[in-house]
Amino acid sequence: MTATALPETERVVPLVDLAGVSKSFGDFQVLRGLDLRIFPGETLVIIGRSGTGKSVTIRHIVGLLTPDSGTVRVFDREYSELSWWQRRKQSLRMGYLFQSGALLNWMTVGENVELPVLEHCRSMSAEERHDRVMEKLRLVEMENAVDKYPSEISGGMKKRAALARAIVLDPEIILYDEPTSGLDPVIANTINELINHTRKVLKATQVVVTHDMESAYMVGDRIAMLYEGRIIAEGSPNEIRNSDNAIVQQFITGSTTGPMTKDI
Amino acid sequence: MIAWINRTGEVLLKAVDGAGYSLALLVSASWQIGALFRSHYRVSLYRQMFICGIQTIPVTLVVSIFTGMILALNGGISLEEIGQEGILGRIVAVSMVREMGPFMTALILAASVGSAMAAELGTMKVSEEIDALKIMSIEAPRFLVLPRLLAMAIMTPVVTIYTSLVGTIGGAIISYFQYDVLFKKFETDAYEYLTAKDVYTGILKALIFGIVIAVVGCSQGLRTSGGAIGVGQATRQAVVISYLLIIVLGYYVTFIFFRVGG
Repeated sequence: MTATALPETERVVPLVDLAGVSKSFGDFQVLRGLDLRIFPGETLVIIGRSGTGKSVTIRHIVGLLTPDSGTVRVFDREYSELSWWQRRKQSLRMGYLFQSGALLNWMTVGENVELPVLEHCRSMSAEERHDRVMEKLRLVEMENAVDKYPSEISGGMKKRAALARAIVLDPEIILYDEPTSGLDPVIANTINELINHTRKVLKATQVVVTHDMESAYMVGDRIAMLYEGRIIAEGSPNEIRNSDNAIVQQFITGSTTGPMTKDI
Repeated sequence: MIAWINRTGEVLLKAVDGAGYSLALLVSASWQIGALFRSHYRVSLYRQMFICGIQTIPVTLVVSIFTGMILALNGGISLEEIGQEGILGRIVAVSMVREMGPFMTALILAASVGSAMAAELGTMKVSEEIDALKIMSIEAPRFLVLPRLLAMAIMTPVVTIYTSLVGTIGGAIISYFQYDVLFKKFETDAYEYLTAKDVYTGILKALIFGIVIAVVGCSQGLRTSGGAIGVGQATRQAVVISYLLIIVLGYYVTFIFFRVGG
């Protein structure tokens, strides 16, 4: 199955290109020659069982992890070619929503969102910074929680606040690590709508890692399934839904019998 | 036998790796001291100074006053036998200023502030907050370590001056009530024998101890792995390593200034 969700012309230069990426932690090999390309403007959803390396994959994209072998090219530059300063600049072109939100607990929601601006937009006045923070908090409908501490808000609100922080510098690529995990279906749908809304407003390329198929169908232009360290299928939500691959079918239907569980 | 050699080698390698990381962290944080020109770094520094200095006052007050009292009580027992209890002032003051003040302060700060630094940064590490900073291109040595390092470097000597003073007062109280040494006599004796060198070596020790506690606490925190258990281990390691370094470095500073330097 091949990806066909976007017109071919938009697929010439991938924004992210992982080629033959392998990664082990001790004796455990997570990625085994993974190939994945992400194109400008699309929302790619990476699905797969827990522990198959979905988060490890997007951690390679933002440069938090270095592959044991293979190459990671982002914005048409390989990480190993970049100096410390270039990596730093490149990092600012990406936003990352962590599974836990990863907000700094001693800062309010507003201060958390303001932090990247305070660090990297030194010429901005306090008023301009405040306007930027409020604009992003309004986008995620969190403007009323600006003075609250992370410990005072719910899990869903934390994710929204973390998303506001991730997009405050208007990144070109936004990566979401399990954005709906641990949330009730209503809040999960709110987050899904927010992902679609963010894409519409910022026109950013998005990569979503999830094992929540509802979420995958709702936000993805293209879905890639990771299994045993490789992408075993990719295509539009419909193509994945109608896939004849037994592993894909078992995963999306959540069946307890099939090739994925034959060794369990 | 080979297993024992392997294990010893592993421990040594780990120790060298940890020392190297801590030194690199110290250099990397100090290198970025210019960040303090920016207001949010100064706010962070003041917050850390409050934690290191003001919040530790109650415990340092109790420990230092009793340390001075114990020094006077024990010293007095021996001196009274030879009729020399009148020199308690110099013994208590010199001991507090040169050794006990910096030493007690450092132990208290290592146990309270150093361990808290390791636990705080360790929790941030396991809850992905350090990774989040990295992705935002905010370096942990500058954002997290620099304010803690500087706050400890400033506040440890300040708290040491305070504990030395309070400890000496504690010694004076015991000298008066247990050995009939008048406050004036205690004070005169203390001033007469206390030298500038005693004071500056005490402060220098405090400065070194403060830096050691901050660097060890931060490096243990930033190297945390393995969830809550890892945070517990990092916290314990931070206290143990700080204690060992405080004792060893304390000896060498005294040795260099009072034996080698005369």
